[in-house]
Amino acid sequence: MDPGLGRSGVKVNMPKSAIRKAREITARRKVFFLWAVPLAFLLFFFFYPLGAVFNLAGKAAFARDISINTWTRIWRPLAFTIWQASLSMGLTLLVGLPAAYLFARFRFRGKKFLRALTTLPFILPTVVVAVSFNALTGPRGWLNVLLMRWFDLPTPPIQILNSLAAILLAHVFYNVSVVIRTVGSAWSQLDPRTEQAARVLGASPLRVLREVTLPLLKKPIAAAALLVFLFDFTSFGVILLLGGPRFATLEVEIYIQALQMLNLPLSGLLSAIQMVCTLLMLILYTRITSGQNIPLMPRLKGEGERSPQKTGERIFVVIMIVILVVLQFFPLGALVLRSVTTLDANRGARGEVDTGFTLAYYQELFINRRQSLFYVPPIEAMWNSLLYASITVVLSIVMGFLVAYALNTRSVINRALDPLLMLPLGTSAVTLGLGFIVVFNRPPVDVRSFPLLMPVAHSLVALPFVVRTLQPALSSIPNSLRHAAAVMGAPPWRVWLEVDLPILARAVVVGAVFSFTISLGEFGATTFLSRPEMPTMPVAIFRFISQPGALNYGQALAMSTLLMAVCAVGILLMDNFSNEL
Amino acid sequence: MKKKYIMLFLILLGLMISACAGQPGQTNAADLTLEPGVVELTVMTHDSFSISESVIAEFESANQAKVKFLKSGDTGAALNRAILASQPLADVFFGVDNAFLSRALEAELFEPYDSPALEQVSDTFKLDPENRALPVDYGDVCINYDKAYFRQNNLPLPKSLQDLTDPIYKGLLVVENPATSSPGLSFLFATISQFGEEGYLDYWKALRENDVVVVNDWETAYYANFSASSGQGPQPMVVSYGSSPPAEVIYASEPLDDAPTASLVGPNMCFRQIEFVGILKGAQNRDLAEKFIDFMLGLSFQEDLPLQMFVFPVNSGAALPGEFVLYAQTPDQPASLDPDLIAERREQWIQDWDEAVLR
Repeated sequence: MDPGLGRSGVKVNMPKSAIRKAREITARRKVFFLWAVPLAFLLFFFFYPLGAVFNLAGKAAFARDISINTWTRIWRPLAFTIWQASLSMGLTLLVGLPAAYLFARFRFRGKKFLRALTTLPFILPTVVVAVSFNALTGPRGWLNVLLMRWFDLPTPPIQILNSLAAILLAHVFYNVSVVIRTVGSAWSQLDPRTEQAARVLGASPLRVLREVTLPLLKKPIAAAALLVFLFDFTSFGVILLLGGPRFATLEVEIYIQALQMLNLPLSGLLSAIQMVCTLLMLILYTRITSGQNIPLMPRLKGEGERSPQKTGERIFVVIMIVILVVLQFFPLGALVLRSVTTLDANRGARGEVDTGFTLAYYQELFINRRQSLFYVPPIEAMWNSLLYASITVVLSIVMGFLVAYALNTRSVINRALDPLLMLPLGTSAVTLGLGFIVVFNRPPVDVRSFPLLMPVAHSLVALPFVVRTLQPALSSIPNSLRHAAAVMGAPPWRVWLEVDLPILARAVVVGAVFSFTISLGEFGATTFLSRPEMPTMPVAIFRFISQPGALNYGQALAMSTLLMAVCAVGILLMDNFSNEL
Repeated sequence: MKKKYIMLFLILLGLMISACAGQPGQTNAADLTLEPGVVELTVMTHDSFSISESVIAEFESANQAKVKFLKSGDTGAALNRAILASQPLADVFFGVDNAFLSRALEAELFEPYDSPALEQVSDTFKLDPENRALPVDYGDVCINYDKAYFRQNNLPLPKSLQDLTDPIYKGLLVVENPATSSPGLSFLFATISQFGEEGYLDYWKALRENDVVVVNDWETAYYANFSASSGQGPQPMVVSYGSSPPAEVIYASEPLDDAPTASLVGPNMCFRQIEFVGILKGAQNRDLAEKFIDFMLGLSFQEDLPLQMFVFPVNSGAALPGEFVLYAQTPDQPASLDPDLIAERREQWIQDWDEAVLR
């Protein structure tokens, strides 16, 4: 309630400075109250385990000499990490921004499907992506085989695996959906009339873009760039599996030092450096995006969308769709196709490969051939994965709302806390995983028996996404709308339910989609926390692909296809839900 | 319209929350169903551990026990987890191999246990004289080759590590990075065992001249690079396990009458990995832990091992499954290195290898 108003709602005579002061105090209280839960969550599940690892690493540093070429071992991965993350981010924006425009402004057939498709790579374990890239662009992959046949080439023309190009391609493949979702949803909320007005006043389309559209989209674009950068900055699997042994990011080096060399001090030092870099990045981001947000009247769903009319627009739409299909659909399609293909037994023969259609891999998933205690029934794995994903969605959306509202209030606390919240995204998953093990080994929070640790870890990664999609949407709601509702007698909860929530619906769905996919794909070292009695789909995939044999390989691909199907259904449902709201 | 969907949303939310609340309840209920007198034993191990349902049931019913497995990542991750824990997370730890053995012993992770079952185990496997770590299984990291490729191209098989530097094998071998992969590390050990600390880097430089392909993990090497796996890669030789050929037969998509791959088992070409089990210091159920270790060394577990984890039993009385007898070759002279030397030098070796081969 406005502190300047008395209980009866009549303005009480108070000096202006006192009113301002009272307002500040309520604002501070409100911010404090909103931050309380997310902050406690972060302190307990992020800073506490992390602190424990750093403490251990510090202790061990005394007992061990870490000076052997320490600096080259830090400098080399650090320079490469920043270099590849910047390149990857640039490329992702290059593809993602036009794609966001495509989804925000144009209507075309198969749009929903294409949007769901672009989100799918997000969930795939890197091992599987490596396999599908290989099935497509490997020396005997389909693309190479076709090209060799068509143009009668003696050697495979595409040689991309184990190169920087493979890393960049995979990062764009994974992250383009971040740009499409965060920027696209903001773009579709922009009032198209602002742009039309500029056009009528004689501005060229390019000038409209530069002086009207992009400034209005500054925050979402910066947010997307930051998220993509941090993801690439802490990239692990892509570098390890697609980049090959000549490339190492900080995260890869941390993994090697912590788990292969058992050199905790060096891995601790590297994680600390990684976190400092992340913090610097976050401060830079806050600098760029600070400043008043321009409130905009929310637009009706689909108001700014049109079918492509002019030739230029048609060409643009077609080109973008082709790019997205080639980039996203081909590798995924190769995977699906491969999961229903048998190869002849004489695989080593280098001629053409005889292939046939089969469902054997899918059938085999349901058979516990070895009577193993650790056999994973596919339905149960699916159920566990969905359960973890749902909890992650609920946890991160609820906390995301609290934080987004807190950030929307002007307060000093925000400045300090906002970067902290984003920190988990730029933190080594290996280190955090070790931290969980070190501190959470007593009931009630015990890695061995506390089933919520997995979704909690996923929520730590998902929360920044949710906040970064909710907050810009929230700050663009004109306060006049809420005031109008309040003046007409709506109690605060009703204002929230009927003004805020419907306007935010699209952003909520975007956040939910991200938390859902982050959890389904099991990012980072959460495999640390997996429990044999509750296996998930990625766990099952790893179990198959770590053993030789055509059946194991086939089952890994079949399980990945199922994982994609589950995720696609989930995303389509959520997208649909936002359309109807 | 709007309200309907908000309601739907709230209902969904409620369902999710109740689902979350329901799940831990169920697991608790399962824990509570422990009958009086039944003791719980926690076994910590790596992700590749597997066992038949019937075999574990046999132990549980014979000892009034319930065995709970705690899987903790790959070998290095699991060991790290055990070492870092401020108090023992389990009673028994299985899965330290000879590359990590000294580290585990140094950390004083285990209590000694002179199991009577060790009588059945050859002394060559007993690397810890104090019996803090007891051998359970072994496997050889060997180069697998694509039989069809060698036959079609009339290529002779390499008979020694040195042969691999012959230009006729140019670009035909894929190995794993020893910094990130356990078979890769074992293969590096094999070359050190063969050429000595002074000679192995020259050997690797010669391999590099001969276009050896290095990837980071076994999965990529085997499924993306190796020509005889389902991934149909370009290289007909891969660093894998001596037990991979029988696995290719057992997990074939259509029944095979012969393995598509075989191992090169010349002298010092394979490195023997031995896996150990130990009772964790401060274990809650020392008695039951001892029984479990005896059981792991006993026949029913030992004979279950090959088809569950594709390793060989250390118990000399254990019979091997048919596919292993037919398709798995065991080297007469596997390479080996002293675990203490490994513990002392491994980091340096890997770093020198990195500089020589990758940079």
